[in-house]
Amino acid sequence: MNRRIGHVFAVVAVGLLALIVMTTYWQVWARAGLEARTANVRLVYRDLAIDRGAILTSDGAVLAESRPGRLDGRDVFLRRYPTGGLAAQLVGYSSLLAGRAGLEQSLDPELTGSTSDLAGVRNAFDRMRGDTVRGDDVVLRLNAAAQRTAMDGLAAAGGRGAVVVLDPSTGGLLVMASTPTFDPNDGIAPALEAPDAPLLNRATQGLYPPGSTFKVVTAASALDNDVVDVDTEFPGPACITTAGQRLCNFSNRAYGTHDFGYALVHSINTTFAKVGIQLGEERLEGTMRGFGFFNRIPWDYPADQGLPSGVFNRRGRLIAPGTNLDVARLAIGQERLLATPLQMAMVAASVANGGQLVQPEPVQEVRAPDGSVTRRPGTTYLGRAMTTETAAALRSLMRDVVDDGTGAAAQVEGLDVAGKTGTAETGRDGLNDAWFIGFAPADAPRFAFAVLVEDVEGTGGDVAAPIAADVLRALTAQDT
Amino acid sequence: MTSYLRLPRRNRELGLIVLALAIATAGFAAVQIARAEAFTSSPLIAAAAFAAAYLAAHAIVRATLPDADPYVLPITAVLTAVGLIEIHRIDPDLARDQGLWILIGLGLFAAVVVGFRDIRRLESLRYTCGALAVLLLLATIAVGTEVNGARLWIRVGDLQIQPGEFAKILLVVFLAGYLRERREVLAEPVRRVLGVGVPALRHILPLVLLSGISLVLLVAMNDLGSSLLFYVIALAMIYVATGRLLYVGLGIGLFAAGGLVALQLAPQVQTRIDAWLDPWAIERTGGYQIAQSIYTIADGGITGAGFGRGLILTDGGRTIIPFAETDFIYSVIANEMGLVGAAAVVLLYLLLAWRGFRIALNADDGFSKLLAVGLATAIAFQVFVIVGGVVRLLPLTGLTLPFVSYGGSSVTANFAIAALLLCISQRAERGRG
Repeated sequence: MNRRIGHVFAVVAVGLLALIVMTTYWQVWARAGLEARTANVRLVYRDLAIDRGAILTSDGAVLAESRPGRLDGRDVFLRRYPTGGLAAQLVGYSSLLAGRAGLEQSLDPELTGSTSDLAGVRNAFDRMRGDTVRGDDVVLRLNAAAQRTAMDGLAAAGGRGAVVVLDPSTGGLLVMASTPTFDPNDGIAPALEAPDAPLLNRATQGLYPPGSTFKVVTAASALDNDVVDVDTEFPGPACITTAGQRLCNFSNRAYGTHDFGYALVHSINTTFAKVGIQLGEERLEGTMRGFGFFNRIPWDYPADQGLPSGVFNRRGRLIAPGTNLDVARLAIGQERLLATPLQMAMVAASVANGGQLVQPEPVQEVRAPDGSVTRRPGTTYLGRAMTTETAAALRSLMRDVVDDGTGAAAQVEGLDVAGKTGTAETGRDGLNDAWFIGFAPADAPRFAFAVLVEDVEGTGGDVAAPIAADVLRALTAQDT
Repeated sequence: MTSYLRLPRRNRELGLIVLALAIATAGFAAVQIARAEAFTSSPLIAAAAFAAAYLAAHAIVRATLPDADPYVLPITAVLTAVGLIEIHRIDPDLARDQGLWILIGLGLFAAVVVGFRDIRRLESLRYTCGALAVLLLLATIAVGTEVNGARLWIRVGDLQIQPGEFAKILLVVFLAGYLRERREVLAEPVRRVLGVGVPALRHILPLVLLSGISLVLLVAMNDLGSSLLFYVIALAMIYVATGRLLYVGLGIGLFAAGGLVALQLAPQVQTRIDAWLDPWAIERTGGYQIAQSIYTIADGGITGAGFGRGLILTDGGRTIIPFAETDFIYSVIANEMGLVGAAAVVLLYLLLAWRGFRIALNADDGFSKLLAVGLATAIAFQVFVIVGGVVRLLPLTGLTLPFVSYGGSSVTANFAIAALLLCISQRAERGRG
C-alpha cells in the first residue's frame, strides 16, 4: 500500500505546486498588463486621494462634488451627486467600481487639477508635503431649472426621449436631458439591470429617424444650390411614385398648387421628394456634411459616448457617401437616415445664428481652488452650413410653422418661437418618434433646441412641441 | 513514567506553536497599525485567548498523545492566525465570530484527541459513520436553506451549519473501514466483463451505492465543488486500497459524464466555465468575481501590500470581491502578503499534506493508513480546488480554504481532521521514539 500512498502524495504535491506557479504568473508576469486595464478599480482608487473639483450649473446647482470619507482605512474623497438623476448621463460618474463616464471622464484633467504642467508641478509639491491635491471646479453653462423642466416633460410624455438646448451664437449647452435616468449615487449596477437603458445618453447616443425635421436640411440645400426659391410653385398631389414605390403625404392629404415655403410650413412630403430628386444625392449629402452629419460631433465629451448621424445600412453601419440612395426619401428624413437629438439641435442652431455650424460647449468656466478662473472656453465655429440669406429665409418659414402650422403647440406667450415638427413612424404598431426642433426668440435667437420622444402615439406637434414650450418658459423665466 | 517535560516531539511542537503565536501577534499588530484605528484592548484579549487555547490544546496532546506528529498542530496555528488576521482586516465583527469558532474548533480537537486516542475505536463505528453522513446530507436537502443558489446550510437558531463539511469526514471514516475490510475481494476480480476483471457485486454494491447517493445529494444541493471533492477523496482511497487504476479511470469518466450533464442542466455552471475561459470578456457581469480576484492577486506583487494595507474594501465596507472572507480569502492573502506569503501558505498545506501521508506510510494497520490518506487528501484537494478557482487554474467552485476561510463548520470540521491525524500518528509512532 505504501507505494500507492506515495503516488497519491505525488499527485497532490504537483497540484499544490501548480497553484504557486499560477500565483507567480499573475503577480510577476501578468502584473503590469493588468494594472493598465480600465476595469481595474485600482486605477480609479489612486485618484480618490485627490479632492476632485465640483461640477456646477450656471444657476448655481451642484451636480457633483467630493466629500471626505474613509475607504478601507484611508482618508479619501468620495463623489456625491446632490441632484441625483437630473443630468446623470451628461455629468456621468466617477466611481471605484464603475470607472468614469460623461463630463466626469472628459473633464477629468480639470477636475483633478492636472491640466497644465504648472498644475502638475503644484500637485507634485502638494503630494510631497502630504497636502491634499485639489482639483478645479467646473461651472457648466447648463441651466438647472430648464433641465429639470425638460426631464419632467419627457417623463410625462412617455418616459423615453431627449431634449437638447444650445445657445445658437456661442454653442453653449443649456439643457441636455435624457430619460429614463439613473441616480449615480447608487452606482451603475442598478441602472445596468433597469429596463430601457438609463445609462444611455439619448441626446448623443440615441439614433432616431429625424422624419420631417430633416426637411430643414433639405430646404437649406435646395435654397443654397438655387434649385428652388421660397416662391417656386409645386402641384400638391397626395402621393407620388418614386423608385417604384408610392410616397404619400401625412394622412394622405392632397394640397393645391403651393410654393416651396408653404411646403415646409405644412410639411408636404411629395413636394420635398421632388425637390430632393432635383437636388440629387451629391448636393444633399454636401449640405448634410456642412451640418455635421456623417461625422462624430467634436465637443468636450467622451468620444465613445456620442454617435455620428447619417444614413445607416441594415447592419447599423454608416453608409459611405456616394452610395446609391433613394434621394426622394432621404429628402423627407427617411431612407434609413438616423440622427441624434444633439445633431438636430445643431441644425436648429445653424438656422438661428445665420448659417454657422457651432460646436456645443458645455463649460462656462473652470475655477482653480483659489477662485481664479483658469479657463473660459470661447466659441468654436465648425464651418458654414448655409448662406446667411438661406438661414434668414428658413427662420421666417419656421416661425410660420409655430404661428399657423404644425408646431402651434410650441407657442409661448411673449416669446416668438420658430420650429419644425417631425413624426417618424417606427414601424412598431402605430408608434412614432416625435420630434420638434427650433429656436426662440425668432428674430434674435438665444435658444436653439431639439426635443425627441420615443415610441408615442401622438405626432411631433402634439407631444414634442409642448415640451419645447415648457423648457423655453423655464429658460426665459430667469430673465426677469 | 516518562516525565511530560521530556517528550522531544511534544517539545518541538511547543516550540513551533510559540513561533506561530509570535507570527500571529506580529500580524495583528501590523493590521492595527496600518488601519490606524483607535487602540482598544479587545484584540489583545482575543490574541491572548487564541494563544491560551493553542497552549491548552498542546497540553492535552502532551498528556494523551505523547508520540503524535509534532507539526500538524503548529501548522494549523499559523493558518488559523493568517485567516483570522485577514478576516479581522475585512471586518472585525466577522473576526470575533471566527475567533470564537477557532476556540470551539480547538475544543472539538481536544474532544476527538481524548475520545479516539485509540483510533481502532473509530473503525468499529464505520457503518454508523456512513449512515450518519448520508443522514446529514439528506437533512440538508430536507430542511436546508438556500444561499446563492446552493442548498448547503441548516439553520439552527442564529447559527448556520454546513453539514457537508462534517459528512465529508464521516464518509472518509466509512470508506476507510469498508475498504480495509473488503480490499482483498475488491482487488481480486471474480469474473470478467468485456475483458475487464470485476469483483463480486455484493462487495462493491455498498460502496457504489454510498458514493452514488452522496454524489446525487450533493448535486441536488447544487454544490459541484463538494461533490468533486468527495469523489476525488473516494478515488484516492480506493486506489490506495486496491491498487487498481481501472477504478480511478472509471471514476474520472463517470465524473466527466456527470459534469457534462450538469453543464446542460445548470446555467450557472456554464457561466462559471465562461468566466474561467475568458473573465475579461464579461468582467462587469459573470466574470466580475474572478476578474477582480486576479486584479487583487496581481496587485500584491512579490512582497505584497502588507497586512491591512491592500485595497480590499470599497464604499460602505463591502469587499471589492464578493465573498472575499470565504471563497476568495486566498486573493486577499496574495494581495497583502504577496507571492512570498501566498506561496508560504500553499507550502504550509503541502507540508500538512506531507505529514498526513507520512502518518499513513508509518501506520501499521490498513484502516489507519486509509483514514490518513483520505483525510490528508481531503484537505489538500480542497485547497487545490478553491485556490485553483481563484487563480483561474480551474473553474470556480465554492469551497472554503481549510483553517483560513471564514466559517464555523469549516473551521471546526478541519480541526476534527487534524485531531484524527494526530490520533493515527500516536498509534503509528508509539515506541519509535
